[in-house]
Amino acid sequence: MSMFQIFNVAGSAVSAQSQRLNVVASNLANADTVAGPDGQAYKARQVTFQTQLMGQVGAAGVTVSNVSEDQTPGRRVLDPKHPQADAEGYVTYSNVNAVEEMVNMISASRSYQNNVEVMNTAKTLLQKTLQLGQ
Amino acid sequence: MSGAVLPTIADNAPKGIAPGNRSMINRLTESLDFNAQALMLRAERQRLIASNIANADTPGYVARDLNFAQALKQATGTAGGGTGGPVIPTASHAAHLGAGPAARSEANLVYATPSQTNLDRNTVDMDRERANFADNSVRYEATLRFINGNVRTVLSAITGQ
Repeated sequence: MSMFQIFNVAGSAVSAQSQRLNVVASNLANADTVAGPDGQAYKARQVTFQTQLMGQVGAAGVTVSNVSEDQTPGRRVLDPKHPQADAEGYVTYSNVNAVEEMVNMISASRSYQNNVEVMNTAKTLLQKTLQLGQ
Repeated sequence: MSGAVLPTIADNAPKGIAPGNRSMINRLTESLDFNAQALMLRAERQRLIASNIANADTPGYVARDLNFAQALKQATGTAGGGTGGPVIPTASHAAHLGAGPAARSEANLVYATPSQTNLDRNTVDMDRERANFADNSVRYEATLRFINGNVRTVLSAITGQ
């Protein structure tokens, strides 16, 4: 029954989007993290989506192929009084761009909602199919 | 379609009302067969649109859609409804034998033309997909009602009420 594949497809998308939301949450949580003793501040993470074929023709789910770290250098702020300041008096913050992350979050949550609605519709249609001929 | 000989409309045309040509039970069920094929194709299209929506954020994904009219014509071997074409077996498992649904439906899958250019080469247009999804689910329900009506007709005929 091909309609049941919709749950696999939309389910894979929902789980991929929730992983994206997770990454956004950890980026936002670490937006103001400063570099530790090793001089390495938190690096923003980004998920990459990839199509995942699900056996039948036309059934294409989605999966997170990898989570990559943004390698751009973090913000450096002159603050000699800061306990984590380096020899020159600079503090290195994480390279998270809060605005980008918020946009990412909205996009992820909308996609999540879309896929939940797809599952709801498929469920309604299948229930009506089960009542066929009654 | 590879090599399969499709019956033409002329082959399927009603050959008079001679009782020997078309049995009564055929006449009762051929409309049911036609609607069942339509329902299966609607489900297939629903799955396709769900895949497009799922991959709305996947870089490089190309949206696809089903040419429904052509697919239905192939599945039933008719231009119109109710003349009961060949029932094509579908393979729902990789180990199943036979032509399989792939041979039938792959030719009817078309690629969507991108409505707006996208940096990641993704051609899913969410507005279009949502509209198609709603449209297809309404039509799926309509087909369900046709089948329900058919079943009721047959039921009232065989119970003689």
